[in-house]
Amino acid sequence: MRVFLACLLLWSSNAALGVVETYEFSDPNYELRYHQLVDELRCPKCQNQTISDSDAPIAKDLRRRLYEELEAGASDQEIVQGMVLRYGEFVRYKPAKTGVTLWLWLAPWFFLALGLIAWGVMARRKTATERPLSTRAREISALLEDSE
Amino acid sequence: MPRLWLFLPLLGFAVLAVLLFRGLSLDPTDIPSALVDQPMPAFESTLLGSGQRVTQEEFTGKPRLLNVWGTWCPTCIAEHPYLMDLAASGVIISGLNYKDEDELALSWLARLGDPYDMVIKDPEGDIGLNLGVYGAPETYVIDASGIIRYRHVGEVNSRVWNGALGQTYRALAAP
Repeated sequence: MRVFLACLLLWSSNAALGVVETYEFSDPNYELRYHQLVDELRCPKCQNQTISDSDAPIAKDLRRRLYEELEAGASDQEIVQGMVLRYGEFVRYKPAKTGVTLWLWLAPWFFLALGLIAWGVMARRKTATERPLSTRAREISALLEDSE
Repeated sequence: MPRLWLFLPLLGFAVLAVLLFRGLSLDPTDIPSALVDQPMPAFESTLLGSGQRVTQEEFTGKPRLLNVWGTWCPTCIAEHPYLMDLAASGVIISGLNYKDEDELALSWLARLGDPYDMVIKDPEGDIGLNLGVYGAPETYVIDASGIIRYRHVGEVNSRVWNGALGQTYRALAAP
């Protein structure tokens, strides 16, 4: 069991060390927030990567700044807001739910609603068109019976 | 009349085609700067060469360009002659020596010429980070009261200077 735990710890620490440098945090809570935030901030140079994924020097600088600000006691909101002030709304992988970026959050639900409405309309139309067809089918089958 | 509904997918296709076609000509690296119309971020550093202390207050008085460069940056070599031309024609250009070493930067300026009225040292990239720099070269237009008016990412050349970058500067420099 102890060996298993040791292996598990080794493995989990490996997963956390996606990036090259490691920081010593004065508070384990900072470390937790650090790992959350590096996956929420987007690298401005190599787009479509978070700052934890990226090897770009700018991503490294942003990680260092993040570490410094965490150690200085800044809140998550203050840190992200600071990054947005420097790099724009672009740096957030979790865009704010206000202004233009609100559309990003609403659009999927809008299209889902649109699809559901279209589905509903089509389903209703199908049942509506089935009735005359079935009466016609009855007529045809009646005709067929007559001819026998 | 219900037949018109059959054209709905075609309409959808047309809208999508227009959007995607527009997307083809967009430059994804063209990130709007969050600092346009904001004052130059506060900093404290020293000048390359003289070692004199410098802060953001140095950016008041006259409109100028702030060019972010480093000797490690190939595009900076490419744009250097054009910066020399601009400086010769009276444009004030300040340099931010971004993540560089002093000796390398000084020998570069000695070899290729020095278009800058001052070069601010930023060895750790902290000033650059506060400016929202994500790769050199970048060039900012800063007005006489130290407000950032425009940001250009990439090489400065005659095309760029005839475009928005130069226009912004000329509008500020004109009395």
